[in-house]
Amino acid sequence: MTAATETLNPIQGGHADEAHGHDDHGHHASTGWRRWVYATNHKDIGTLYLWFAFTMFIVGGLMALGIRAELFTPGLQFWQPEFFNQLTTLHGIIMVFGAIMPAFTGLANWMLPLMLGAPDMAFARMNNWSFWLLPPSALLLVISLFVPGGAAAGGWTLYPPLSLQFGMGMDLAIFSVHLLGLSSIMGSINIVVTVLNMRAPGMTLMRMPMFAWTSLVTAYLLIAVAPVLAGAVTMLLTDRHFGTHFFKAVGGGDPVLFQHIFWFFGHPEVYIMALPAFGIVSQIIPAFARKPLFGYHSMVYATASIAILSFMVWAHHMFSVGMPATAQLFFMFMTMLIAVPTGVKVFNWIATMWQGSMSFETPMLFAVGFVCLFTVGGFSGLVLSIAPVDTQMHDTYYVVAHFHYVLVAGALFSLFGAVYYWLPKWTGYMYSERMGKFHFWWSMIWFNVTFFPMHFLGLAGMPRRIPDYPLQFTDFNTLASVGAFCFGLGQLIFLYNVIHTIRGGVGKAPANPWEGSHTLEWEVPSPAPHHTWETPPAREVVEKGLKEQLL
Amino acid sequence: MRFPRALGLAALLPACTYAIDGKYTFQTPQTLIARDISDLHAWIMAVIVVIFIAVFGVMFYSIFKHRKASGHKARHFHENTTVEVLWTLIPAVILVIMAWPAAKVVLAQKDTRDAELTIKATGYQWFWGYDYLDHGFGFKSKLATPRNQIEDYHRDSKQKDAHYLLEVTEPLVVPVGTKVRILATSNDVIHSWGVPAFGVKQDAIPGFIRDTWFKAEKEGTFRGQCVELCGRDHGFMPIVVQVLSKDKFAAWVEQKQKEAKAAADDPNKVWVRDELIARGKTVYEANCAACHKSDGAGGGAFPALTGSKIANGPIAAHVGIVLSGKGAMPAWQGLSDTEIAAVVTYERNALGNSVGDFIQPKDVKAARK
Repeated sequence: MTAATETLNPIQGGHADEAHGHDDHGHHASTGWRRWVYATNHKDIGTLYLWFAFTMFIVGGLMALGIRAELFTPGLQFWQPEFFNQLTTLHGIIMVFGAIMPAFTGLANWMLPLMLGAPDMAFARMNNWSFWLLPPSALLLVISLFVPGGAAAGGWTLYPPLSLQFGMGMDLAIFSVHLLGLSSIMGSINIVVTVLNMRAPGMTLMRMPMFAWTSLVTAYLLIAVAPVLAGAVTMLLTDRHFGTHFFKAVGGGDPVLFQHIFWFFGHPEVYIMALPAFGIVSQIIPAFARKPLFGYHSMVYATASIAILSFMVWAHHMFSVGMPATAQLFFMFMTMLIAVPTGVKVFNWIATMWQGSMSFETPMLFAVGFVCLFTVGGFSGLVLSIAPVDTQMHDTYYVVAHFHYVLVAGALFSLFGAVYYWLPKWTGYMYSERMGKFHFWWSMIWFNVTFFPMHFLGLAGMPRRIPDYPLQFTDFNTLASVGAFCFGLGQLIFLYNVIHTIRGGVGKAPANPWEGSHTLEWEVPSPAPHHTWETPPAREVVEKGLKEQLL
Repeated sequence: MRFPRALGLAALLPACTYAIDGKYTFQTPQTLIARDISDLHAWIMAVIVVIFIAVFGVMFYSIFKHRKASGHKARHFHENTTVEVLWTLIPAVILVIMAWPAAKVVLAQKDTRDAELTIKATGYQWFWGYDYLDHGFGFKSKLATPRNQIEDYHRDSKQKDAHYLLEVTEPLVVPVGTKVRILATSNDVIHSWGVPAFGVKQDAIPGFIRDTWFKAEKEGTFRGQCVELCGRDHGFMPIVVQVLSKDKFAAWVEQKQKEAKAAADDPNKVWVRDELIARGKTVYEANCAACHKSDGAGGGAFPALTGSKIANGPIAAHVGIVLSGKGAMPAWQGLSDTEIAAVVTYERNALGNSVGDFIQPKDVKAARK
């Protein structure tokens, strides 16, 4: 496409302009802390994002273990109830905004320019800023544990009027959410502009990798809803300190208004955490089935339909607030409808595997694990979409089981798969397959031991967010706690494997260690040099890869 | 009080069999709606299991047959319009078949017309209040499990009861076979009133009244818990409903009305200090001790009352903070004038404080404005 080539020119011009400013650190790269603090290189920023996300994953994970420790047996053993509530709240906020979302942005940073044949992300300095907003906002959340009154304890959903009662920990959380939102919006603008303007010649929108598609759609979702969340928490802030009554019934406000605004953000947010995972899995499965992705076009349309539908289903999180019957019916039907495009995706992945020549290296294991367990989460989502059934399940452990199937076995497993898939490209070394497979099976088993029993707890009526429970829930809670500690321990193997790979792993990686990968990132050497695709890849190189993918 | 307790004992046997039987699945449905929900769930699960086996059967067949290790060569197809249209349309049809019966239950759930008995359920931090609007009495229903069974920080908690965390000082009592409409609202933050065996769950939203209904088919005691995070003691505000025969219910109502008349504090009575302190102790234990502790020592985010500036300062400010709350402390508007006068007097003259003054209910009434 000549249009795409032309759009690259101004970028190259921009790069040349920068070159003299870059002299001291651009090409003989700056070292030490300056390399990271002043980073404008998409690979460095991607690395920062990924390490930040992993750190937050550990912090949020420790909080989860704090929760599971308290729930091991009935009675209060470790925490005061209010601290327990702080743990559940921070665990949620940190995992959603600190771990999963930055990890996907980090992957997009590292991989999109490589996969699209672009020299860098479109706005390199904004990229730096959007990353460096994250550590301070994470710090605000951690600090909030130590201020008078402790951290926010109203759940990650921050429902008023409860969230109006807390001390300054809540204000810190609100400010943190503002910063995280700002960071997400800037990261998303970067992704949108990079994907739309900086693709290699010949790579039209309908021929670009699925990961680029899902990142693009995700970025649009974020730009649409991050300001909505910012608005909601700002209204909380003014209710708390400036005498407004948006959510206070005493002044004519409506507490339920917050829930509508929050979930108008919150439901697309669910897909913000799921769509990039779909993209990753759509890269990994064809590579290890040695076969092009089945139904590329329907995959793109399914992604877009999910994104559009995600704006029309928010009130299914609120079936028990007492909406009129017509609203219950509307949101129930719309929610059920999402099963159609999601089903199309699952069928496409299976059709991609069908008649393939499959091998099961660690990335493929995580991708197949993703398909199985995400589908379980999808099915429990279908059960929850039925409004009358939701009457029984709402705010019980069934919901906890459901969203952990979607977010841990969904988003997190896809991230593990992505790390193993691209680690050779990042480090130049092969990871230990034996350790990788062990990590997969260990996580797979203990994940299910932790979260599957929660379905039963929910059916039997155990409410979520309680620090202590009636005796009939004891067995499954004990089981879930054992599972959680084993699952958590297993992640140290992952950390060790990654560090081991960085230090040489089990040997040097070729430019393309996988037989079935045909996207552009495998055309550059491993490890990927600091600067890649400074001139766009030749038309033939692009076409060769696209031909292999039958695009 | 002896009367309902005897009934409670009588109800204990059936209660054991079907109030807490849910361990793996729903509690045994006790209403038409709960049964509909249970059937709906069973039917959807059946559909899901069939789809799951079919889809993953295909996937695992492929995983075992189409391996590189067993020499399978990849076939490079990448689309098939017929198949793609089919696997879009068939799920859509299945969804319609699922949605139809679900919609009927939604409409039935939402139909609160023609209720024979209306009860207002008010959520407080952290207990429920029930007002029998048709009969002119009401009461508070608080957790009956003693704190020494719950708190186990020093590995010294007492043996837990069978109904640990699911027992209340006084259950909601309703007649069997009667359409009961629950008006849910709240005094402070959002709570949620639910009884799984009845298939009922309704958020209690401050400033708004939302309704739901149930019609219990059997006598017995049925238990649920608050299901919307409402702060510190969210896990400690159970909902217990006792279903009585219509005759016994009528007798119970009569009894309660008499008790209500007898127990009503004369708002004009002039109290002496020691009377207020004695009364205040019970009010304190029931409402304040969860955070400020029985000895007034407080803990964590909750300040000590012993030696506190407020409990030893001007009495008007003390009454003010009890009435309007502060930070994590809810407003205690729901207590009667007498109860507030008593508890304030108690806090000023016990728990290690000895200010010496006290306040009359009529002054509390004036302070409310």
